[in-house]
Amino acid sequence: MKFIIVLLLVALLGFAAPLYFDWWSFAVTSFIIALFIHQRAFAAFLAGFTGMFLLWLFLTLIIDNANQHILSKKIAQLLPLSGSSLLLILITALIGGLISGFAALTGSLARRSR
Amino acid sequence: MRIFGCILSALITIALIYVLNIQLSLSGNKTPRLGFFLSPQTGFWQSAEPINETFNGELKFPQLSGKTEVYFDERLVPHVYAENENDAWFVQGYLHAKFRLWQMDFQTYAAGGRLSEIMGDSSNGTNFLKIDKFFRRLGMVYAAEKSLHAMENDAPLKAACDAYTAGVNAYINSLSEKDYPVEYKLLNYKPEPWTNMKSALFIKYMGWDLAGYEQDFEKTNAKAFLSRAQYEALFPYVLDSIQPIITDPLPRLTHILSVKPPANVDSIYFNYKNVVAPANKPIKPNKENGSNNWAVAGSKTKSGRPILCNDPHLGLNLPSLWFEMQISTPNFNSYGATLCGAPNVLIGFNDNCAWGLTNAERDVKDYYEVKFKDSTMHQYWFDSNWRDAQMRNEIIKIRNKQNDTEHIAMTVWGPVMYDLHYPDKLNSNKYYACRWKAHDESNELGALFRLMRAKNYNDYLNAISIFKCPGQNFVFADKAGDIAIKHQGEFPAVWFRQGDFLMPGDDSSYAWQGYISDSLQPVMHNPERGFVSSANQYPYDPRIYPYYMPAYFSYYRGWLINRSLSSMQNITVDDMKMLQTNFYNLLAENALPVLITYLDISALNNDESKYLNLLEKWNLVNDADSKGATVFKLWVDSCISKIYGDELSQSSLPMPTIEPQAMLKNILKDSAKLFADNINTNETESLNDDITAAFKSIVPVLEKAELDKDFEWGKFKDSHVSHLLKIPAFSHLHVNVGGGVNIINAIGANHGPSWRMIVELTDDINAYGVYPGGQSGNPGSRYYDNFIDTWTKGKYYKIHLYQKDEIASKKTSLGKLIFSKS
Repeated sequence: MKFIIVLLLVALLGFAAPLYFDWWSFAVTSFIIALFIHQRAFAAFLAGFTGMFLLWLFLTLIIDNANQHILSKKIAQLLPLSGSSLLLILITALIGGLISGFAALTGSLARRSR
Repeated sequence: MRIFGCILSALITIALIYVLNIQLSLSGNKTPRLGFFLSPQTGFWQSAEPINETFNGELKFPQLSGKTEVYFDERLVPHVYAENENDAWFVQGYLHAKFRLWQMDFQTYAAGGRLSEIMGDSSNGTNFLKIDKFFRRLGMVYAAEKSLHAMENDAPLKAACDAYTAGVNAYINSLSEKDYPVEYKLLNYKPEPWTNMKSALFIKYMGWDLAGYEQDFEKTNAKAFLSRAQYEALFPYVLDSIQPIITDPLPRLTHILSVKPPANVDSIYFNYKNVVAPANKPIKPNKENGSNNWAVAGSKTKSGRPILCNDPHLGLNLPSLWFEMQISTPNFNSYGATLCGAPNVLIGFNDNCAWGLTNAERDVKDYYEVKFKDSTMHQYWFDSNWRDAQMRNEIIKIRNKQNDTEHIAMTVWGPVMYDLHYPDKLNSNKYYACRWKAHDESNELGALFRLMRAKNYNDYLNAISIFKCPGQNFVFADKAGDIAIKHQGEFPAVWFRQGDFLMPGDDSSYAWQGYISDSLQPVMHNPERGFVSSANQYPYDPRIYPYYMPAYFSYYRGWLINRSLSSMQNITVDDMKMLQTNFYNLLAENALPVLITYLDISALNNDESKYLNLLEKWNLVNDADSKGATVFKLWVDSCISKIYGDELSQSSLPMPTIEPQAMLKNILKDSAKLFADNINTNETESLNDDITAAFKSIVPVLEKAELDKDFEWGKFKDSHVSHLLKIPAFSHLHVNVGGGVNIINAIGANHGPSWRMIVELTDDINAYGVYPGGQSGNPGSRYYDNFIDTWTKGKYYKIHLYQKDEIASKKTSLGKLIFSKS
């Protein structure tokens, strides 16, 4: 249950923070969540990772579907990811997940080491 | 232990953010800030426009004085209904920015020699600093400053420019970083505020594109190696079958300013063997920049009303140069192709008339060799005196590097383009100043500003009378039944061959002695033949015109258009569509029989004969599936290089282009014998030898094309519409379509009819148009390149000068924006 709540909070604040601050500000929110709602290191990482991964996956899928892949195909050619929208979406989500996961891990370890 | 884990994890987090928040270097290129770029909330995803997007809203700005309603039709063309004119210009600025901000901004960086500011000194194999230096030294900023001065002295135009600029900035100010067009995110920079100076720079850029072409250095080199007879044969001033634009009335031979060459012209100019080669290859506009336009009178049309057609041939890019709009104000109601970057409707029509432009092709750019006292360039020798030069410092900002400054000496002629710091490849330590008509103060935008509200023939003449450079052929037709065309511009009155070669800069007698008076530039108005037309050819018959007209005139398109229009009656819009998209090759009609006569058929083997056979069966049409068109194009190019290559490659210096019509004239007049012999061999080659060898030499190319399955003309030519940054993913590549140089439907590899328009001036105007692009400049929009297929197929969209209530009731509309005073 705690895991789910943390995951949802990560996603919620991870969505809200970049509306007002830099694109990476979700790292700060994920860190703070992990600091205050304590879980073991692995669970903290996983919740932090999954929360952002799913958020960015969800957001990009909605955007990309509404756009019928027009832009994602072009960017996936440019980066280059051989024009695969899906690969681009997964990499996007992975980046959000990893930053958030490590931020959450840091938060979890910071609390236990106190 | 845990503290180490914590620190390590924190470091990983920070490192990830850091690396994803900076531009990384990847094989000479910079990546975007990947984290920012990929974030669905800030990055490129924000530009992925939903395909069912609509464009609605209510916007309030303090600069507005009334209400303006904008309806987007099903092709995303805005129809703007403003209560007062300046509000309309504000809204045009806002809409240009909304759909084309990055392009507008980027084009003015290019025009002003500022690309290094955003691209760095070089990127992806392109040396941007070199490009910037070229445009600075050419005096583009200097020219734009003068243009701005003229624009701002024209009160109604200044008000329009101010409103336009405010509109662009209102849009820019409404954006946060996540809303920037995707190119800003890719290159990691921000839009800068728009200014009237940016509009002036953009207009000058168009001026460079259309009046910036010359081959003066190349011709100077050719003159050094060729005899005068050879030179005149290669670059003939007069050709046969000339179809000038203005045939009636002929220029009245009064008010002629007599121009005489200086007394020492033979020794100092014609016989002076001078060679020159800039170390930095000059950047030239595409030589094929040109256009077709014509108007047919009611006497020749089925409806009994005039029809006007225009298709400007320019570089084909995405986002497109053009943006379609209707602007309706109490002062005028106009529809057409607008240029993003200034308040205008450039080529279009209004309630009463239609107008179009083709390029005059006149060469108004010359070079003078200046003798400075010393390398400080403070004083130069002029009419037996030392004269002071002004120094102009152009500071070029370079991204992530120190600024670079170009110190440019300004002389009576203009800026010194080539000096010791921007040298000649031959290290001749010479200085060359550029005299360019585009440097003079003039107000082209003001002319266009008046033309789009013209109600009749006199308004049209008055409007264009102030248009000086780049010279244009303005075609006109109105509902009253008038048709007209004028070769308009301020052209120097020059003596024969003046300015074709570098001129001495220490002698004022080599200056342009004046300008051709307007009475010698007559307008052709309602001619008996029932049509007027232009396709960048000679404006007047050069055999009778009292002045030399240095230029890069085109030849076959105008001839074919006149031949077609002469024979047509009961003309309909569909006939005009057929003519505008015509692929017939008139050069081939003239040249092919001649070349085949000189071909030694017995010398061809079976493979070679196969290709000859293709040519003999060819219907002379350059359509996409034509194989003959490919063979012909290669053969003509090869003939030019076999006949003239040996003479012109006597030096490794740049040489001028030889036109196929010049070669044809040489062959027919037997003057090709001046060149036929290959001076590098012991035998004496005949024309037959050259033409046969030319044919044999193209066979391997054809065989390879056949093997690669790109033999057919459309595939061989491989047309494409490229993104301004040459990003393949943002470009429309491999457009399989016919066309070519000298073809009416002049689609080249990356160049061609950039806007096709046909306007029948019936009571309810019957108009059609298409351009190879789309209304949105956003690569993530479905409206980015959605017109290209229609354009490729030679089809058109019906275009409408709607009344407000007509479009308001349309169900297919893509939205409505309301602008009002806050």
